[in-house]
Amino acid sequence: MELSLSPEYEAFRQDVNRILTENAHLAPGPEDRGMKNPKRLAWQKFLIEKGLTARTIPKEYGGYGAEPDLLKSRIIAEEFARTGIARPMGGQGISMLVPTLLELGTPEQKEAYIRPTLHGEMIWCQGYSEPGAGSDLAALRTAAVEDGDDFIINGQKIWTSTAKQADMIFCLVRTDPDAKKHHGISYVLFPMDTPGIEVRPLVDMTENANFNEVFFTDVRVPQSGIVFEKNKGWQVANATLTHERGMLGDPNATKARFLELVELMKKETMNGERLIDNPLLRDRLVKLQGEVYAMQANGLRVTTARLKQESAGLAGLIVKLQGCELNHQIAGLAIDALGELGILYGDGDHLRADGSWQWRYMYDLGLIIGGGTAQIQKNIISERGLGMPREPKPAKV
Amino acid sequence: MEFALSEDQRMLQDSISGFLKDNASLDTIRKIADGDADAKATLAAGLSEMGIMGLHVPEAAGGSGLGLLEACLVQEALGYAVTPSGFLAATVAAHVLPNAGEAYAEGVATGDMVFGLSLTELSSRRDLAGLTLKDGHVSGKTLLAMVPDSATHVLTADTDGGLHVVDTWSATAMRTIDRTRTFQELGFDHAKCEASMAQADGALEAARLLIAADTLGAAQAMLDKAVEYAKERKQFGRVIGSFQAVKHLCAEMTAKLEPARALVWHAAYAMDTGDPEAAVMANLAKAHLAEVGTFVAKTSTEVHGGMGFTDLLGLHYWFKRIGVNRQLFGSPEQARHSAAELQGFVAA
Repeated sequence: MELSLSPEYEAFRQDVNRILTENAHLAPGPEDRGMKNPKRLAWQKFLIEKGLTARTIPKEYGGYGAEPDLLKSRIIAEEFARTGIARPMGGQGISMLVPTLLELGTPEQKEAYIRPTLHGEMIWCQGYSEPGAGSDLAALRTAAVEDGDDFIINGQKIWTSTAKQADMIFCLVRTDPDAKKHHGISYVLFPMDTPGIEVRPLVDMTENANFNEVFFTDVRVPQSGIVFEKNKGWQVANATLTHERGMLGDPNATKARFLELVELMKKETMNGERLIDNPLLRDRLVKLQGEVYAMQANGLRVTTARLKQESAGLAGLIVKLQGCELNHQIAGLAIDALGELGILYGDGDHLRADGSWQWRYMYDLGLIIGGGTAQIQKNIISERGLGMPREPKPAKV
Repeated sequence: MEFALSEDQRMLQDSISGFLKDNASLDTIRKIADGDADAKATLAAGLSEMGIMGLHVPEAAGGSGLGLLEACLVQEALGYAVTPSGFLAATVAAHVLPNAGEAYAEGVATGDMVFGLSLTELSSRRDLAGLTLKDGHVSGKTLLAMVPDSATHVLTADTDGGLHVVDTWSATAMRTIDRTRTFQELGFDHAKCEASMAQADGALEAARLLIAADTLGAAQAMLDKAVEYAKERKQFGRVIGSFQAVKHLCAEMTAKLEPARALVWHAAYAMDTGDPEAAVMANLAKAHLAEVGTFVAKTSTEVHGGMGFTDLLGLHYWFKRIGVNRQLFGSPEQARHSAAELQGFVAA
């Protein structure tokens, strides 16, 4: 056990901290809305140039081109959390498609897509889930039928985040209807302005229309958009799902959120008393702090396993389930601590923190469900982690 | 950066676990709970022979010079096997005794001195109890002391936060829900303090951390037993472990326990390296393990169905161990209050 960092890494931490704090004025704020907001794009470019995001992605594809170094990545994440300065862009293009292309894409696909995606100039949406294929993703039915060098796609996707804004989609389609469930699926890239694609917004409980339904009617796309190989899309998708689940349990983000809550409870008063001076609220706060510290320590364990190229075992399998629940509870305490004002939303004079606690409280429910519901996560933990038997398959009807 | 146990640390824990597997079977624990003094003495002697009592005594004083992290690994193994022992008292004593004089630390290391521990005055002072110090002597009563049968000394706290080494006391057994361990009410009648420390010197934090490790072990045992049982027990024509309802309970226990384990390691490491957050983390570990332990104790019992509730399986020994640990050295609320004070969330 050795948690102190070598002088090289300590110096690196100071560099990161200095770059962030000296340039904080360049960072976009909540008022700089919109995915392609010029200030957001400029900040992203700046962060890539400084090696604070897209760090290990080769320079030829628009990244920073550093050697992979998990510790440096962790230090960067910690400094963003500590300073509270706007993080680099995320989104499914950057976090899921880029690693997939780096691993399995053709040279042409890498050349065409990675750079603009990293720079926030090309927005992607993910066409995985369907009305009949959510947690049981392999049940998807959207059909792609060969027609010369093209596919003709018909079907429907749902829960497609940012489909309205997206330039491109990475989409799972069934290319062999006769193959077994997990076979016969392909992973295809195509533009969202292809004729025959219709996007219908799905308003969620936060009042946002971030999700969408996407309908495909005789959509003609070239077969060159296949990533890896035809009918092997399931392997490709699985490679990216691992990235998604890791992203949904970042302990640094949770710690940052907890520290925000501490600040809120120190500053905000009710009946002339600071919220943190209320013993019941304070006890709940420290209760959550125990969980936050536990998640953080668990994260160190997972990082160490990755550094040694070992499996993190149970410590790794529980990250998404615990992390998402904890984030939701932190937002829940913030709302309770705010008391009656905790129900305000949208805009107005008495709203606190731009209504972000209320938004998170609701949005997190989506994260608990998305990327594999809490129940699916529990199946994974018990079956893969504890070696418990699989649920028997129901008899064929 | 490396957040993982070393080979040596794993070997230490394996050797204690191995010893306990052979020498602290459920049958033995049952005998001890039923008052078999021989069984208890044999087990205590065996543990002493393993040399763990001087684990946290500095090498200069003849001990092993190992940290609280290693002590937590041993304590976890003891909790896993619901084994009574004087290890916690010896380790807390070893943690503070170098400040009282080398002779005491040496005494613990050689086994010539066996320490008991009573710290309730630091966290849970009650009516009809309390110790006062006068002219280097203590008088009064202290509750729920953990005193090995062979104890020669007791480390006790007065009501002003001072710690004292005393070798004369009277004891009355205090029966708790956990019959595997003994707790006592100690009486001191103008007993001479052989040594005194004005400040508690981290004794309470060390005790809270160790009891968290004990709960971690007991909870891990309960989870393992639940998983094992669910893989064997059949109902409705299939093993109950194939039902999602049962699997999900096991997954929930796991999802709580794995981060809790990391928290115990992290807090112990912080104590050993003098991290400024160490005391906060020790308190968070105590409170968090109390909560997680309680959840696991309840849930594991449920997974066992009616059998979990009976005396036949002996599962209740672990349930009670966790229940007693939850209150010992302060309830979770008290430990959280300490953590809040240490961080300035509330005026101390």
